[in-house]
Amino acid sequence: MTLDLKLDAPDEANRADDLVQGVLGHENERPDGLSKAIGAATYAAEPRPDGLLHGFLVRAPGIGAVSCSNANSVREMEGVRLVLRDPRMIRNAAQGAANEAPVQGVDRAEYVGQPVALVVADSFEQARHAAQALEVEVETDDAPVDPEAVTAEKPDGRQTAQGDLDAARRDAAHVLDRTYTTSSMVSAAMEPHAATAEWDGTRLVLRGSLQMLKYNRNELADSLGIAPENVRILAPYVGGGFGSKLGISAECVAAALAAIELGRPIRVVQHRRQVFEMNTRRSETRQRIRLAADRQGRLTALEHEALVSNLPDETFAEPVLQGSHFAYAAPNRALRMHVARIHRPAAGSVRAPGEAVGVTAFEVAMDELAVATGIDPVELRLRNIPDKDPEAGIPFSSHRLKAALSEGARRFGWADRPSPPRQRREGEWWIGTGMAAAFRVNAIMEAQARILLTGDRAVVETDMTDIGTGSYAIFQQIAAELLGLPLERVKVRLGDTELPPGSGSGGSFGAASTGTAVWMAGMDLRRQIARALACDEADLTLKDGTIIRGNTRRSLAEAFDGTVLTGDGHVQPGDAQQKVRQATFGAHFAEVAVSDVTGEIRMRRMHGSFAAGRILNPRTARSQCHGGMIWGIGMALTEAVTHDRRDGHMVNRDFAEYHLPVNADVPPLDVHFIEERDPWAGPLQAKGIGELGICGAGAAILNAVHHACGARLRDFPATPDRVLAALV
Amino acid sequence: MKLSFAVNGRKQSLDLDPRVTLLDALRDHVGLSGSKKGCDHGQCGACTVLVNGRRINACLSLAVMHEGDEVTTVEGLARDGPSALQAAFVEHDGMQCGYCTPGQICSATAMLEEVAAGWPSHVSADLTSKVELTQDELRERMSGNLCRCSCYPGINAAIGQVATEVPAEEETAD
Repeated sequence: MTLDLKLDAPDEANRADDLVQGVLGHENERPDGLSKAIGAATYAAEPRPDGLLHGFLVRAPGIGAVSCSNANSVREMEGVRLVLRDPRMIRNAAQGAANEAPVQGVDRAEYVGQPVALVVADSFEQARHAAQALEVEVETDDAPVDPEAVTAEKPDGRQTAQGDLDAARRDAAHVLDRTYTTSSMVSAAMEPHAATAEWDGTRLVLRGSLQMLKYNRNELADSLGIAPENVRILAPYVGGGFGSKLGISAECVAAALAAIELGRPIRVVQHRRQVFEMNTRRSETRQRIRLAADRQGRLTALEHEALVSNLPDETFAEPVLQGSHFAYAAPNRALRMHVARIHRPAAGSVRAPGEAVGVTAFEVAMDELAVATGIDPVELRLRNIPDKDPEAGIPFSSHRLKAALSEGARRFGWADRPSPPRQRREGEWWIGTGMAAAFRVNAIMEAQARILLTGDRAVVETDMTDIGTGSYAIFQQIAAELLGLPLERVKVRLGDTELPPGSGSGGSFGAASTGTAVWMAGMDLRRQIARALACDEADLTLKDGTIIRGNTRRSLAEAFDGTVLTGDGHVQPGDAQQKVRQATFGAHFAEVAVSDVTGEIRMRRMHGSFAAGRILNPRTARSQCHGGMIWGIGMALTEAVTHDRRDGHMVNRDFAEYHLPVNADVPPLDVHFIEERDPWAGPLQAKGIGELGICGAGAAILNAVHHACGARLRDFPATPDRVLAALV
Repeated sequence: MKLSFAVNGRKQSLDLDPRVTLLDALRDHVGLSGSKKGCDHGQCGACTVLVNGRRINACLSLAVMHEGDEVTTVEGLARDGPSALQAAFVEHDGMQCGYCTPGQICSATAMLEEVAAGWPSHVSADLTSKVELTQDELRERMSGNLCRCSCYPGINAAIGQVATEVPAEEETAD
């Protein structure tokens, strides 16, 4: 019987700290690491079933009605099997947890780059050549592409206001009114979106590069018009996602349609330039932030207004204000969300949707307030920590921002910082330091997992994915800890819709959600073992494959010789989310050098202190934090999609022109975890860490730029031209 | 076109469309998918392999240009068990999703040889002195291999450990 948990109340039992195997929370290597290092891990484009054909997607070069006049002659080209233009092909990738087909169709392109055909041939080279030969005609129309040029929607439920803002501003000792902009950005996972589809006449098996398989199965089935039980998705290794693989993408549906049509296995891989366009970008934002503070720097009014964009019929709107709801106390507050319906490529979740850009802009505003009030930036934040959720009035489940700020400042050496800017110069370089707080909402999603225990060997099974996040590592640790097994005796099987549905990877909820399901499955097994031995589960000590009770010891293998025990675990969110505000917190510190000759910014060092509940594996968690901090470097300094003013197309849709941080851009990074147990997060007392590291990281960098040279950059990224203009 | 070359010490005789890149020849015709295709454009480095001991982007090279060449892929580096770099990448968590990892490891393997041979880089002080693999040199020389998971700290620690002269900057565990 499945052991269920609904998160309605705090878990004060704290069992995880009592278990004795000693692997949970330790620095273990990821068990999938070696297979990746020797090239044995296989990704979505790598199976080579007999009779494999190759498909290449074709993009629309304009916005409007689409036709392909030479499709018949392309069909006659060497090796070509099919020119597919099917109304079931999808316009853009599905949004996270959509659970149904996204907008479909190929007769009208809603954005430049929309997939409008698939060409299938015997070889990849033939398919690519024929796809390039297909002439796509577009009767272009005047679709708006500039978010500033349309009347924005103001969705109900995303406008909040309390108190009297005008009065607060009138009475304030300090007021600030600033506008910040961030550019469109992309996930740019290193593995392009890819699918290998096989159809046996009834059933589709799709090897995909996807993050949330239980939803992806329904999205794919709905797109194709077949039953979900006839769709199996496999994704044991996923070459990064960062939100871009939350929902099914164009090649999944196209490959499946072609496999059904031709009765042959099909592989479709998006070309890197297609990856930029056909999936989801992070919306550009314009953010107006107005603050009022008393003489001590305590906020009396807080206003945050955001303009984002998306295509028609997309429900997602970059949740820029998500962190501002709870980050700081201020009795008078207003948050307003505006959405421009335009025809740039679709917007969706990119690592830490909302806070990545919202907290970053807000933390620059807080730095501006610190300068205006003459209060140290760390101290200013300490003075504004709310004692309860400032809007809902409910308590925080756990709040460790103060510790993160203080400990981070100590470790970084903040106390030595001269307060005024432009104090340190080395040749043409100004040197300075800056900081920012980090905030990110935390959520638990429904998840299931199963553990099969045979003697002293266990196999953990769930359809959860590991997109580099460390799922393989932490599920192995959780199961090994509960069952008292050495790590090498626990195998983890992931990424197969035949297995119990986990949470999927996204929103930093994977580890805590599916991890808790694995915990419940392990607890289910412990109870079965206890029952067989006629004792209480709590009296059971399991270590190194041995059952210890009082002064008797017995090996697990001997006690259950030949029997396979099955533990099933299930977790779902409950009332906890209404009773408490749950979030993760941190503090970023950065040191930069700014050239006043070229406008270049060079990173010198960064520190992050993060509080995210129990850290299940510091090594994989630290790597996630490094990732977030380096994404912060990209956001602050280099990453921006440039949209053409006429048709909104992505001008710089490759890695030569869209600049990800490279090794040489990254300085020494220091990460510290603040000790925390959040009882409202379930028995693991763990929260998400995958996105916290990016939230505010870019602000620490731009605040350091101001401290270095006195230039205040309010438009991200701070490219050299903008720095020079601000330096004057 | 007919083509013969050695991959990881084994002779391969193939008959290929001349448009097939070295990368696709390895992945689809030799059956070694360890070399990855991240951009097919020479911009990410995931496809890095060694040709006659030197690192190249396999996606930017046609297979038929490699008649008689000796190609080594990430699988070949593990022929006698994981190489020191492969083991160090695992130990220092120099990977997350793993997709750029084969390219990083092939690139690092050749990079250490380039340093030993005294090749200067963009950050070298001059063109003729002995090259010391400082962190600046390491970062510069590994910047042709993108990692979006951003495992550069672990990658550099792993390479630093293997090239023992590099002072590792990896932080210690709390």
